[in-house]
Amino acid sequence: MHVQTLGGAAPLRVGTDAITPCRATSLRDSGVVRADASPDSERATADRFKALVERELPRLYGLARRLAGDDAEDIVQEALLRGYRGFSQLANENAGSEWLTSIVVNCCRDHWRRQGRRVEEVELDEADDFSLFRRIADEDPFPYSDSVHVDFLHQFGSEDVRAVLASLPELYRLPLVLVHMTGYQVKEVAYLLDAPLGTVLARLHRARKLFERELWTYAELHGLLKEGAQR
Amino acid sequence: MITCAEAVRQLWDYLDGNVEESQRELVEEHLAFCRRCCGELEFAEELRGFLASHAENDLPPDVHARLTATLDELSGA
Repeated sequence: MHVQTLGGAAPLRVGTDAITPCRATSLRDSGVVRADASPDSERATADRFKALVERELPRLYGLARRLAGDDAEDIVQEALLRGYRGFSQLANENAGSEWLTSIVVNCCRDHWRRQGRRVEEVELDEADDFSLFRRIADEDPFPYSDSVHVDFLHQFGSEDVRAVLASLPELYRLPLVLVHMTGYQVKEVAYLLDAPLGTVLARLHRARKLFERELWTYAELHGLLKEGAQR
Repeated sequence: MITCAEAVRQLWDYLDGNVEESQRELVEEHLAFCRRCCGELEFAEELRGFLASHAENDLPPDVHARLTATLDELSGA
């Protein structure tokens, strides 16, 4: 078992052993649920775990959707199994929200590994110097509009944004989502991913640039550009 | 003095407070006279808000029901 801490408060990572996602009807038969667990202390622990998850479920599912798209439900279900197994080891239940977040993130990473995804660094290329701001201004058919950049962003709905996120390599999607859509500090992401701060900063920088470029590409492909701005 | 390309590369980190003091001063020095990079900075702020605004946590009822059922069984409810 590998244990990390976020701000020194709570264990962040429970066992990384792969748990085959399974539906509710098979949990008791699989031995995940302790059929003979009856002492009051275990009952109280189970109740506290349930109360914690019920509060956090929409947020955990939203995070999983942004990270893993249509696989989000399986990810969260797996996270619930791992969380249940590890909850009694949680030293500070006030850090339960961060603890569950870390489990979802680790489930995503394991999910990608099981799918055989190789998470590779993107080569330094033109993406690093891509500027969506300049591209929008250069291609704008109405160059004197003050709102052209904001107008561009307003074309995107949440499904569009999820599709753009999905087009990013996981290595970059992860810090982008955690920092800019979940509210983590960069140093917290470094703890969470067990990566050097400089590495996370570099990936976050690349992630923003790739996101800008993919927004433009998506807008081109899906007709979100104003007439005259399309190539 | 830094170039526009160097300034643009650091704008997000500048907004996040993740640049060192010496670099922060160089970025601000550049922004003081470069109108285009000020536009880049404002747009970077827009993009940050854009990302945050799309961080909804909608949980469809059917998914909620299935996950709650799993939770109930795990917790022995």
